[in-house]
Amino acid sequence: MSAIYKRELHSYLTSAIGYAFIALFFAVSGGVFVYTTLYSGTANPGNYYTYMLVFFVILLPILTMKSFSEERKLRTEQLLMTAPVSIPAMVTAKFLAAMTIFSACTLLCSCSFLFLTKYATVRAATVFGNLIAILLVGGAFIAIGLFVSALTENQLAAAIGTVGIILLFFVVSALNRFIPVYWIRFVLSGVSIFSRFGNFTQGAFDFSALLYYLSVMVVFLLLTGRVYDRRRYR
Amino acid sequence: MKETNEKVAESEGKGGAMIRVEHLVKRYGGTAFALDDVSFEIGEGEIVGLLGPNGAGKSTAMNILTGYLSTTSGRAEIGGVDILENPLEAKRMIGYLPEQPPVYPDMTVTEYLRFVYELKGCKFPREAHLADVMAAVKITDVSHRLIRNLSKGYRQRVGIAQALIGDPKVIIFDEPTVGLDPKQILEIRNLIRNLGRTHTVILSTHILAEVQSVCERIVIINHGRIIANERADDLARVIEDNTHFRYAIVGDKNAVTDALRGVQGVSSVSPMNEREGDAFCYLVEGKRGVDVRRGIFRVCAEKNLPILSIGAVGNDLESIFIRLVDRSDRETQTK
Repeated sequence: MSAIYKRELHSYLTSAIGYAFIALFFAVSGGVFVYTTLYSGTANPGNYYTYMLVFFVILLPILTMKSFSEERKLRTEQLLMTAPVSIPAMVTAKFLAAMTIFSACTLLCSCSFLFLTKYATVRAATVFGNLIAILLVGGAFIAIGLFVSALTENQLAAAIGTVGIILLFFVVSALNRFIPVYWIRFVLSGVSIFSRFGNFTQGAFDFSALLYYLSVMVVFLLLTGRVYDRRRYR
Repeated sequence: MKETNEKVAESEGKGGAMIRVEHLVKRYGGTAFALDDVSFEIGEGEIVGLLGPNGAGKSTAMNILTGYLSTTSGRAEIGGVDILENPLEAKRMIGYLPEQPPVYPDMTVTEYLRFVYELKGCKFPREAHLADVMAAVKITDVSHRLIRNLSKGYRQRVGIAQALIGDPKVIIFDEPTVGLDPKQILEIRNLIRNLGRTHTVILSTHILAEVQSVCERIVIINHGRIIANERADDLARVIEDNTHFRYAIVGDKNAVTDALRGVQGVSSVSPMNEREGDAFCYLVEGKRGVDVRRGIFRVCAEKNLPILSIGAVGNDLESIFIRLVDRSDRETQTK
């Protein structure tokens, strides 16, 4: 498993896509930080992380789009599938590699609030809570991205598909309040990734939301493994 | 055909088999048979050639043996370990070069081989082992180059190198000499021959000369079934008997043709565009199970038509292969 993890990291750090992701992430983060914090004159990190979450819809598919689809295109998946490594280990290694890059970028960008402490009161607990929540939501998006990437050998299709699925979660949250039937509203609010994030922005630590994000992550990673398992039986 | 496959399995003997395949069936999409009740065994240290037309099921068989594909029914064992029940342990014993070498273009050769070394969980001293493997396939001089920048031949050899890492007991090569120049082809064939002394090797190829020069046994697959499983030297026996001959006979072409057609058991005579001195050459086909040579000798002697030479046609591997596949196609159509 560690071999695949290291290979993935190597691939991110030697490819244009890896650097494009990192550069875009930093640029977006800088812009959002200036807009939501410096311009608004507030030290509350809630707005920054909420805006970042919206940009993740575009950013994270860039990170995951080549994960499995490129292996399929290059036929290197044959090497992985015939090596003494299990499918769950392969999927986990790829997930952890993408999470490493994403977490490193998020943590580095969150340092902006560290510098802000010199000029304003920043509640460390709020930053910390937001950080954990955003890492978990990012993890859920990455798991979705890996799943879609395992379905196709076309990287662009993988990226667009991932954006599509994440947007679906987004639309569910946005349109939910307009649905007149209570039980549909109840079910849809249950699967909304975004509405659960609200509590964190206000500094509250929502344990059920954490469990929910972890569940989304696990479900999509299991589905990714299932795609590979299924392909063996095609 | 099922009987043939069973007979083949029985005739191989059950002791010391490194690869054992029993009644393997693979269907794609629920209906089409990729493999239909295939059984064979390969002993330790044997080099076996897997032949067959495109789409015959060779790659499917290899993919199942390496755990890349699952089976619809049947068993496949590597070193006594079932590949479906205990895939990780079975895969540890296999080195596999697929049809397209599974290399990462963004890595150097050394980086890639280190990755494969770690992926396979090898226990040898790493650098010394990698150096040995690279020397064996002659890629030491490109060890620090990006795979992206290597020629097809070098990439193929890097693919072979990754299969050899960890010194697996079973080595499976799908078309190992594709893209290599003639000198490299000979080197790789020698390498395979040397590997065969201590390893079990399965080799799939379209180059019949390669099979002939390297393999001890040949398994021919067509329409997902085994149609021959013989020692390379004995394969000619699979085609029941000699039925095609090339004769060089002195005399008028029409007279010779008429004389030959009159011989009992001759089914066709066709003059060839070849001559041997003042003799014309003829392709004579006899009916299956009848040796027409004695009859032709007598007729030619009676009619004073001197025979200058006679040779069997179609007993080379290529002809045997084509005739076996044709026969199997006819059987499939009849069914």
